[in-house]
Amino acid sequence: MPSIPSSVVDADNECLIGGASEAFLCRRAFWNRVAAWLLFTAAAASVLVTLGIVYVLIRDSIPFFEQVPLSEFLTDTQWTPVFKNARFGVMTLVSATLTVAAIALVVAIPAGLGLAIFLSEYANPKLREAVKPFLELLEGVPTVVYGFFALLFLTPMLQTVIPGLSGFNLLAPGLVMGIMILPYTASVSEDAMRSVPMGLREAGYALGFSRFRVAAQVVIPAALSGITAAFILGMSRAVGETMVVAIAAGQNPNFGFDPLEGAATITAYIVQMAMGDLPHGSIAYQSVFAAGLVLFLITLLFNLIGFYLRRRFREVY
Amino acid sequence: MRNSTKTRVKLLMNEMTSSPHPFGATRQRQDAQPEPVSAPALRAEVRNLDFWYGATHTLKSVSMAVVDCKVTAVIGASGCGKSTLLRCFNRMHDLYPGNRYAGEIQLYPEDRNLIEMDPGMVRLRIGMVFQKPNPFPKSIFENVAAGLRVRGVNGKSLLYERVEQALRGAALWDEAKDRLHDSAYGLSGGQQQRLCIARALAPQPDILLLDEPTSALDPIATAKIEDLLTVLRNTVTVVIVTHNMQQAARISDFTAYMHLGKLVEYGVTEKVFTTPQSPLTNDYITGRFG
Ligand SMILES: Nc1ncnc2c1ncn2[C@@H]1O[C@H](COP(=O)(O)OP(=O)(O)OP(=O)(O)O)[C@@H](O)[C@H]1O
Ligand SMILES: [Mg+2]
Repeated sequence: MPSIPSSVVDADNECLIGGASEAFLCRRAFWNRVAAWLLFTAAAASVLVTLGIVYVLIRDSIPFFEQVPLSEFLTDTQWTPVFKNARFGVMTLVSATLTVAAIALVVAIPAGLGLAIFLSEYANPKLREAVKPFLELLEGVPTVVYGFFALLFLTPMLQTVIPGLSGFNLLAPGLVMGIMILPYTASVSEDAMRSVPMGLREAGYALGFSRFRVAAQVVIPAALSGITAAFILGMSRAVGETMVVAIAAGQNPNFGFDPLEGAATITAYIVQMAMGDLPHGSIAYQSVFAAGLVLFLITLLFNLIGFYLRRRFREVY
Repeated sequence: MRNSTKTRVKLLMNEMTSSPHPFGATRQRQDAQPEPVSAPALRAEVRNLDFWYGATHTLKSVSMAVVDCKVTAVIGASGCGKSTLLRCFNRMHDLYPGNRYAGEIQLYPEDRNLIEMDPGMVRLRIGMVFQKPNPFPKSIFENVAAGLRVRGVNGKSLLYERVEQALRGAALWDEAKDRLHDSAYGLSGGQQQRLCIARALAPQPDILLLDEPTSALDPIATAKIEDLLTVLRNTVTVVIVTHNMQQAARISDFTAYMHLGKLVEYGVTEKVFTTPQSPLTNDYITGRFG
């Protein structure tokens, strides 16, 4: 592009009206390039940080897997890293993690969907604006408060109904975690539902559908990709959540899916080890990274499932 | 009841061809007019209908008839209230707050004002096809079956029978029969619109409303839908809004011309297009306006 000396172009007249000036186009191209580079840097940084975390996880778990065969790691049902004859069956921790997350979803899916349907299809704008701050409030409660709520309030209350419930158990933190992820799943689902075009709802009403039928048979199927994403991400949160389970589910590695018993989840184990002072390089120390790697893979798996579902159900309006 | 309706239609049609105000002050002239060849039955009759979007007075004392098993076209310039009028028939305006009706849309043969009926009940009897194809995010089969299921049709064989019938009725069967269980979004725009027609036809509505059903389509898809409407003629009662005057002239039996929220002319299509009573209609159909 031939450059034009800036003195030739009258700065006040540089505009696109009535034909672009050369200088205007040059300047625009320059700022476009700058913006592209800034955005690229931001994207690259986030990818690099993720890769860095994966690298550290893998690097520090390699020595662990040199001592513990993968088959034992995946099939053993004991997790006793600090015992004299240490056992490393990570499924012990995984079972507790999945149990809590499943209970959380059992709470969050119906309640979240119900709330989202109510806010998007039933509530008038005024009511919607009145309810939303409460959801945000719920979201802003520190997780440690949720943990103590589960331990000191919900567990004793549940014990009056379920006599066999241990003081530390998976049920109470699971329920509390369901409430914790509810605002997130509900508001993301609601956004997805509200972005369903009105014309699609009208098609349902025109056939004689009731409001509920429109919600269940038109809006939810149309918003399914967004709703699935909301619940998959909610599930990821539940799997990675630490404080509630560390406080209310106990620290005892315990294989099984019984919600009435206490058991350490992956995150509870990691935080427990991180708070003790483990000798650097010991097998127990390395086991933290192996457990972290498993946690990462589970989360990754959920996100991949979510990604796949989103693509499968992606709707074009 | 039916008889009395028939005689009323005779009166109506006589008036309509003679007066720009179909229900105006010319009733006493009825005897002077020649009798129509046969008096068709009415499906619905709009009487002095007013409609407001909030404070905006959009329909002003509209009166017109919807004749059984005939195609009634509503024409007029953009923004004159055609869609608004059409959406009164199935109470679509009730979905949004602040809208208000006054007047009557009498539904026959039972002679009830649908403005006072439950909107859900009205919509179970009056089907609608929109300007933009809006199939549900479901399979082709489920789209057509949706209106049947909501009316309690659940037997598999009956559903299949009715779905096939509706798809044939909408001239989509040959293109869709091998992909009934594929997503409706895999169809082309014209096919999607015919699917929407099939969906509206499947429950056999008393009246089928069409709001510019071909305006988003290319000429070939448009021709297919026009052919389809010609076939439906004499079996289904249709009210169609269209921008396209040739289309109205080709496919309709009766035509209503609207201007700024008022119904200026209503009558047999041929007469409206050849000897319009109102200068406004004349200007519009000769292209001097709108
Ligand atoms: N939801 C609404 N709220 C307020 N005013 C509206 C609304 N919808 C339409 N109007 C107004 O009512 C008038 C009639 O609109 P309508 O959509 O019925 O026109 P139309 O004859 O169908 O036009 P077109 O041929 O462009 O579709 C217009 O002036 C329009 O701006
Ligand atoms: Mg319109």
